[in-house]
Amino acid sequence: MQSSELETNKIRKDFPILTRKINGKPFVYLDNASTTQKPLSVINKIVDYYSLYNSNIHRAVYDIAEEATNAYELTRKKVCKFINANSPQEIIFTRNATEAINLVSYSWGRQNIKKGDLIILSEQEHHSNIVPWQILAKEKNAEIKYLKIDETGNLNLNELEFYLNNHNNAKLISLCHMSNALGNIIPIKKIIDLAHTYNIPVFVDGAQSVPHLTTDVTSLDCDFLAFSAHKMLGPTGVGILYGKKKILEEMDPFLCGGDMIKEVHKENTFFNDLPYKFEAGTPNIADVIGFSSALDYLNEIGMDHIRNHEIELTKYAIEKMSELKQMKLYGDINLQNRGGIISFNLGDIHPHDLATILNEHAIAIRSGHHCAQVLMEKLDVSATSRISFYIYNTKEEINIFINALGEAIRLFQL
Amino acid sequence: MSDDIYREIILDHYRNPRNKGKIDNADVVIHDSNPLCGDQIDIYLNVVEGQIKDIKFDGKGCAISQASASMLTEMVMDKPLTTAKDISKDDILENIGLTNLGPARIKCALLSLKVLKMGMVKYYTDKEPNTAEEMEKDSNLF
Repeated sequence: MQSSELETNKIRKDFPILTRKINGKPFVYLDNASTTQKPLSVINKIVDYYSLYNSNIHRAVYDIAEEATNAYELTRKKVCKFINANSPQEIIFTRNATEAINLVSYSWGRQNIKKGDLIILSEQEHHSNIVPWQILAKEKNAEIKYLKIDETGNLNLNELEFYLNNHNNAKLISLCHMSNALGNIIPIKKIIDLAHTYNIPVFVDGAQSVPHLTTDVTSLDCDFLAFSAHKMLGPTGVGILYGKKKILEEMDPFLCGGDMIKEVHKENTFFNDLPYKFEAGTPNIADVIGFSSALDYLNEIGMDHIRNHEIELTKYAIEKMSELKQMKLYGDINLQNRGGIISFNLGDIHPHDLATILNEHAIAIRSGHHCAQVLMEKLDVSATSRISFYIYNTKEEINIFINALGEAIRLFQL
Repeated sequence: MSDDIYREIILDHYRNPRNKGKIDNADVVIHDSNPLCGDQIDIYLNVVEGQIKDIKFDGKGCAISQASASMLTEMVMDKPLTTAKDISKDDILENIGLTNLGPARIKCALLSLKVLKMGMVKYYTDKEPNTAEEMEKDSNLF
């Protein structure tokens, strides 16, 4: 069953892993919020780099080094265009979104956060958007406030406004645009506009949103954005930090060494210009180059089509899942307010037991706290099961999943 | 295979755990968790002259971790605390009837044994530091 939005039969042929059989059954991959599968064009791009022009970038003058440098920098330009940034200088390659957040908490945070300052997060943040700020706050004697979420996972903007009105020392808001555990999408544009009336910068954790929604940093006007290539068809080991040029220019370097310098003397060093100031050492050249093919692939399909495809799958899955007895679904019911992520619990079956049963049916789902233990405490559960979709998923796969849930219900005698 | 794992006995111990709860004024209380799954186990021990006079566990987690903890309390009740030293991974897996668990799920099954062994070391650390030290050196312990 193809969705009305995407030709999934055609798309699936581009992903070698989807032809795999596990336990003799066709592989159903429903853990895309964790990482997505890679199309052949991305895999080939990496093979080509190592086979044809493997060399270090930004240094040597011979032909293949120039080819590698051009390919690496071309990805930067494509990323810039993909999120509609002003300049490729605002695009910094890191290892992952986590490192992008750490870069800012370390560099911007240590320069700008002082004793008694306030950093505002929410209860549904991923650990990677909590722990770096916690460490910074402890070091500086600053404070963290967590915006509460209601039972459907939505924020209350009045609470944010209250903090901004009553704390003169609020210095940063850092929020995930889409929750990795619930899939809820927050009204990020409203939040940014509100924050900017108080002159407070906003860091957007886009790890879940950028792969699934059209992202325009110029119209959003966010100050920072972090995301990971591997959650959007790209290779692992590539993260992206977007920052407004003016802010990045004022920041000290994060990691130091080669490539991030202009001149080094015994007593002092002149740092390189953006974006190289933040890219010390030989970067992950092959995978950055591979990522350009992932962006091409997504552009070819179109982010609007991807979004509509995922809404259609989510709607279908929620309808089918709701028919099962003892099914508890988390997150907002309104499909416009959520991405293609569904967190749930089935009776008293622990998510790890459920994942084990589904694995017998060659279905890969995620079970656990999803690196969001603060959220799990709030929901008063130790864990949930989670399915998450991408461009190659089909309603047929959802049917296989629903049948396997029926098997779990039988085994656990619900 | 799921039918093999989630047999009646596992579901029975999961839904009706034996010796579950807390012991007030326990001689030893020890806690550990499995970061992969988030399974949590607390074990409470009352020890008289080296014998486990009472054992209770508290916790949350998957059927395997909780059923395994429940069965372990039955296994060691009224036994010498040092019995914990000699219980092996295979003893547990045989006891709960799951010898084919994959590496990820084995940790669920063995969490309560790990906590019991930690409890034994903690108990002797207070009473007989030398014995405790020897126990900690014992490579079979964890």
